[in-house]
Amino acid sequence: MQIGLFIPCYIDQFYPKVGIATLELLEKLGLEVYYPSEQTCCGQPLANSGAEDEAIQIYNKFVRIFSKFDYVVSPSGSCVYHVRENYNILPQTDEVNRVRQNTFELCEFIVDILKTDDLKIVFPHKVGVHQSCHGLRGLKLGTPSELIMEHYSKVHRLLKNAKGIEIINLDRKDECCGFGGTFSIFQPDISVKMGKDRLDDHKRNGAEVITATDMSCLMHLEGIARRQKREVKFMHIAEILNSNRL
Amino acid sequence: MTNHAHRAGRFLKNEERAAWHDKTLWMIRQKRDKMALDVPGWEELREQASQIKRHSLSKLNDYLVQFEEQAINNGAQIHWASTAGRLNEIVYRIIKENHASKVVKSKSMLTEECGLNPFLEKKGVKIIDTDLGERIIQLKQEPPSHIVMPAIHVKKEEISELFHQKLHSEKGNYDPTYLTATARLHLRQKFLEADVAITGVNFAIAENGAIVVCTNEGNADMGVHAAPIQIHCMGIEKIIPRTSDLAVFIRLLARSATGQHITTYTSHYLKPKTSGQMHIVIVDNGRSELIGKEDYRDSLKCIRCGACMNTCPVYRRSGGHSYHYVIPGPIGSILAPHSNSKKYKDLPFASSLCGSCSDVCPVKINIHGQLYRWRQDLSQKGVLSPIKKSIMKISGKILTSTKMYDWSGRIARWCIEHFPRKLIYNRLNIWGKERELPEASRESFKQWYNKNYGEGGKNGQK
Repeated sequence: MQIGLFIPCYIDQFYPKVGIATLELLEKLGLEVYYPSEQTCCGQPLANSGAEDEAIQIYNKFVRIFSKFDYVVSPSGSCVYHVRENYNILPQTDEVNRVRQNTFELCEFIVDILKTDDLKIVFPHKVGVHQSCHGLRGLKLGTPSELIMEHYSKVHRLLKNAKGIEIINLDRKDECCGFGGTFSIFQPDISVKMGKDRLDDHKRNGAEVITATDMSCLMHLEGIARRQKREVKFMHIAEILNSNRL
Repeated sequence: MTNHAHRAGRFLKNEERAAWHDKTLWMIRQKRDKMALDVPGWEELREQASQIKRHSLSKLNDYLVQFEEQAINNGAQIHWASTAGRLNEIVYRIIKENHASKVVKSKSMLTEECGLNPFLEKKGVKIIDTDLGERIIQLKQEPPSHIVMPAIHVKKEEISELFHQKLHSEKGNYDPTYLTATARLHLRQKFLEADVAITGVNFAIAENGAIVVCTNEGNADMGVHAAPIQIHCMGIEKIIPRTSDLAVFIRLLARSATGQHITTYTSHYLKPKTSGQMHIVIVDNGRSELIGKEDYRDSLKCIRCGACMNTCPVYRRSGGHSYHYVIPGPIGSILAPHSNSKKYKDLPFASSLCGSCSDVCPVKINIHGQLYRWRQDLSQKGVLSPIKKSIMKISGKILTSTKMYDWSGRIARWCIEHFPRKLIYNRLNIWGKERELPEASRESFKQWYNKNYGEGGKNGQK
């Protein structure tokens, strides 16, 4: 099984440690991981701003780079969702279909494809899980609070097995953090207010570490927390899953 | 004209009030969750409702004709209004022909959409909104900020002051029961005086020509029963085929809207009173055009429950007026640009695309999908700012070229690391107004990878 590692642009540039954790974790799981260095971005920042026409060239580049792999794995629910959902405007060639079907967010790849949920890790901390919207509602990594159905969460399944972990309950378990891509720039006041409210919820309920499948949400939350000098740590889920392996 | 972002910023200036607004609406969302949980097969019910609506829209022509025939048989008079202006004229003509001058109204977002009140007032007709929330904003001379709870943005202290000024209630009495009683007393008089009662329509049943209106205060009934002439205004999309279909929607509507099992009143109007008149005005106003747009057609399934507003993290924190369209919130943001894409170009961007609206919607409209689609269409129509367009064009070029992308990243990271803070956190850095930028990373992942796994990535060049 050959895995293409897709590291989203902002993780590549600002959070290399998240990329490293993802790569190390996949390698520890015995996988053959390739990182094609021509990669740039999935095109979402443009498309979400209404510039799908400019994004198409990026989509094509992505497909060209990644269609040769059995699976494409990425530490971002949002980018994966974009590839799966919004690459529908491309002519649906075999390559495009292959990429859309085989691109996975890290947690869902581990749970659904590798069919494991116990990574034998130790993480003795109180953790608040921020459920990033595109992963939750788009990729269906878990049950959104709006839907009346049996409860599941792939993210919680992986975390729950960490030794010593305490996952805190939130008052609003899956409200958006307000990042929303370029929304964070075009609607700065609402965006920041939404982020503050999320941080308050985590703090009220005793989170020491806030984690998520998406570093973009955490970048936004961390940006507010650092400005307000709040004492809470932010870790991408790959960093937790890659930590202290037994 | 100011855009949503600007208005939202203004709303948020009063943090306490914004927090109160958010909390009030979130409570309603929680009540909805509790109600939905108690209904076995809630998700199947949503699917069924969605399919009934889709079916009805696909055969709308047939069902409208059937409805008209049935309603005429029942003794109602049917009027067709292609535009908002036509609706207003038709209603005014009915009023004038009957030498009427006093009108009461209940539960109609459609007449709000068509601007009926200002039209009639200009003609000298006195029109009173009889539902408490509607009456409050009518007295305040404000548009509704929510489609189900139009005065949700007004606090009881403000209502007390308003009633004191307009209805001469006791100053400083904030007791909701007292305030409601004041409004009731005032409105009873209006009901008794009214010549004409206007209502909106929740559902119109094709098989028997009946109109169904769901209310909590019973003012639609009060008006219709007291006034000799009743006028029901409905959009063409309100049609459902059979009475048995109604059960599906009645189970969903109040639960989604306010977290009630059912509204206090579910009124069926079939025929005029003895020696009375029953008019039904069927309004298009852009709807038939919308049926032709495949990407957006589904928005006509909307049953106006307002659940998408209650759940929307942006709506809750920006208030209904920030949307500057008659229907606020997520559903309003996908409807508004159809009427004027230039004026409402900001609304599809007033969303983080979290998708909560689509999951809460009782008729399964893919609201956030349509918001995303609108963004593309507005860009295609050329109504977005040229600066934004060129930024996107340049970004597109950079992200398509590996070399340009790598270098831009390097430069950005170098700047964050070396520039003085004052220079980085300048006026144009919108992100940095209330947020820190990520800490500068000396190395990108790609650089780290190339260093550790070989230049160009020994594994990367599969």
